[in-house]
Amino acid sequence: MKLICSPLCLSGGIIAKEPVSLEQEIQEPRGGGGEFDMSDILYFCRRGVESIVDDEVTKRFTAEELESWNLLTRSNYNLHHISARLTVLWGLGVLIRYGFLLPLRVTLAVTGVGLLVVLTSIVGWLPNSRMKKYLSEKVNLMCYRICVRALTAIITYHDRYPKNGGICVANHTSPIDVLILASDGCYSMVGQAHGGLMGFIQKTLVKACPHIWFERSEVKDRHLVAKRLSDHVADKTKLPILIFPEGTCINNTSVMMFKKGSFEIDCTIYPVAIKYDPRFGNAFWNSSKFRMVTYLLHMMSSWAVVCSVWYLPPMKREEGEDAVQFANRVKSAIARKGGLVDLLWDGGLKRSKVKEVFKEEQQKLYSKGVGGNSCVW
Amino acid sequence: PLWCDKVLLRASRRVEIAYFSHSQITRLYSRFHSLDKGENGALSREDFQRIPELAINPLGDRIINAFFPEGEDQVNFRGFMRTLAHFRPVEDNEKSKGHDASEPLNSRNNKLLFAFRLYDLDRDDKISRDELLQVLRMMVGVNISDEQLGSIADRTIQEADTNGDMSISFSEFIKVLEKVDVEQKMSIRFLH
Repeated sequence: MKLICSPLCLSGGIIAKEPVSLEQEIQEPRGGGGEFDMSDILYFCRRGVESIVDDEVTKRFTAEELESWNLLTRSNYNLHHISARLTVLWGLGVLIRYGFLLPLRVTLAVTGVGLLVVLTSIVGWLPNSRMKKYLSEKVNLMCYRICVRALTAIITYHDRYPKNGGICVANHTSPIDVLILASDGCYSMVGQAHGGLMGFIQKTLVKACPHIWFERSEVKDRHLVAKRLSDHVADKTKLPILIFPEGTCINNTSVMMFKKGSFEIDCTIYPVAIKYDPRFGNAFWNSSKFRMVTYLLHMMSSWAVVCSVWYLPPMKREEGEDAVQFANRVKSAIARKGGLVDLLWDGGLKRSKVKEVFKEEQQKLYSKGVGGNSCVW
Repeated sequence: PLWCDKVLLRASRRVEIAYFSHSQITRLYSRFHSLDKGENGALSREDFQRIPELAINPLGDRIINAFFPEGEDQVNFRGFMRTLAHFRPVEDNEKSKGHDASEPLNSRNNKLLFAFRLYDLDRDDKISRDELLQVLRMMVGVNISDEQLGSIADRTIQEADTNGDMSISFSEFIKVLEKVDVEQKMSIRFLH
């Protein structure tokens, strides 16, 4: 569905980076041995300027740029008047989206959430039994599916695997990820306990289904978090836990570092890859730019939310593999399946500075080539 | 709003148009805008430091400094492009491009001057032993002792200094790097 392409079409990168490492450029030409040369500075200089023009990390925290415009103002970065015809089309689009689609969707969403709260409360009153579990699953699935319709989400699920407890991990792009997965299977959700409306919904949900909500203070305590997760996983009657190990929303072009917490627990991991089609609407929630309500409004006034969900075969930690290596292995599998760039960088860099230790690693690496260990002169 | 910046963009093209094509300028502007968190049409040092790959570069601060004119804390898009223009590859048919008869920004000489200024901390057109030591220390961190670093600095100056003033001038610097493929090492391939 390629629309009239703007002459300012932004495909591909700005620069071509030579994938040359420090060792290749500085040390190998000197036969592995080392002496400082005034030209060493040139390598760092070029790398530095390359990263100023185009780096792998900062672009993951804003919406992906599209090759051709999808008639949504919010996707047009270089507001450039192209033709009258396109403007008319856009105007029509606005009418349809805001005049027709949005009210319809909001009604559906309200219905869906309302039903969810009412029905899970009713199910919550039942005594714990197989019937309760069955009803709870049915109610949850039904209501989430209504909410999914409220977004006009067209989801393609690939390869389902039966799940026995364990932890389900997926790449994170938006809060809608939860809806997409929960409308296809039953999970126990993990999250922070909120106040207000969200908190009310959380409390209601937990009556029917064993979700894990943490108080703000408990979130910092990693041992407590790990213990609650392990206890849940150990109980075979409970549902698989849904976790997003990136810890923050990324713009769906890459998968960033998975926090090792979930991978330290001894259980089966079910990886899931979610890839949104950006042509119909941008699903990424840029939480520093938009509040949740604004974001939902954007979602409900886009053309649609089209995505693919790939369920990957279950994985378990291997002998001699530590949590970090396991996390990276799972991350690579998800990235490969979803066609996303596999990055080692921490998604937390969205808000915080990079740790000094990475700079120190670079310095250490360079020092080796300058006679860090043995004096050559 | 982004479309207002079109005016800025047009104004910037006057000098820099020799170095970048229309689409490259647009994309660089897009990049400039995305780095400009304060949305005030200029970048501060903090805006650069937010780039993780640059923050872990041992010479990150020196490179950032190269974008800012003497005594200034903000760089506008023109300045941004001017600095980047140094890294355009040198093409054979570009020997004398430039609006006046002066040397193009991406000539071998100007690339070398850029690198020289990374060493020359106080901008006095000389690299003193102290400055060399400071830059070396940035590059090696804590992994090399003061004595060893001192002897590296002494040896470097000894080899480069031809007029005996115990510091390296720009012409001495050029001589030291005469065999180095500066054009290749200090060039970035811009697409389109």
